[in-house]
Amino acid sequence: MYSRFIIAALFAGASAGLIAGLLQLIFVQPVLLHAELYESGELVHFGGGAISAHPDLPGFDAMRDGLSLVFTMLTYTGYALIMIALMGVAEDRGARIDGRSGILWGVAGFVAFHLAPGFTLAPEVPGVAAADVSARQIWWFATVGTAGVALWLIAFGRTWIVWAIAAALLMAPHLIGAPEPDVFTGPVPTEIGALFAARAFGVGLAAWVLLGCFAGYFWQREGAHADAQANA
Amino acid sequence: MTTQTMTRSNLRMMPALFALALGFAVISLTGHVQAAALHDAAHDVRHATGFPCH
Repeated sequence: MYSRFIIAALFAGASAGLIAGLLQLIFVQPVLLHAELYESGELVHFGGGAISAHPDLPGFDAMRDGLSLVFTMLTYTGYALIMIALMGVAEDRGARIDGRSGILWGVAGFVAFHLAPGFTLAPEVPGVAAADVSARQIWWFATVGTAGVALWLIAFGRTWIVWAIAAALLMAPHLIGAPEPDVFTGPVPTEIGALFAARAFGVGLAAWVLLGCFAGYFWQREGAHADAQANA
Repeated sequence: MTTQTMTRSNLRMMPALFALALGFAVISLTGHVQAAALHDAAHDVRHATGFPCH
């Protein structure tokens, strides 16, 4: 039974993570590199003079971008382990888990892990002003946890009271508020920051939908494999 | 049938908890641990994935 969880998560996480990593390199990385020109002071916004919005950006960096690919695959394997653990529990309670229903799981995962924390702590472009990292990480985990519980209650709850609790859980971290910086010091133009957040969310949604689909598919496939072995 | 389902369900709980814990350990490592080497290697991913970074 352990192998079914681990194998399904490895296949789903590595394949969705590889696609996520490539999408990030194509769509997010150029925006990040552009922002770093301001973070390093090479370009200066608000300096009086007009600045081209299309500077020369560094190209593909095998070491840096290779590491990014590896870490994206690892991160999505972590997500896959969490999602497949919950899929296993849901299947015991009568839910149907396959590639098609996995798409919904993927959307829910995106909401819990990207959209919910990012709703108040927007994806940060390099150089942006931010509060202490430990405080933000605590808030991040708390928000992901409450959003995850809320989505589970929305999906599997059967009464209005449960759904009301879920709505309260979804909103609570944002009403309480995330750790914020005391002063703004970000040197990056707002256009780049907005594009970065939009791209991070877009790539995240695409990657999570694929992850959910793959996780459902491999979970089903590994289960059929295990059944076939048990009956052989 | 009920007994069999119960047994199977109990059998599945431990691996599920194990996978859950392992998953959170992995994303803590790739997304949150502030050790310099890890931070530098995962820097771009942390930003692109919306993790709080430095």
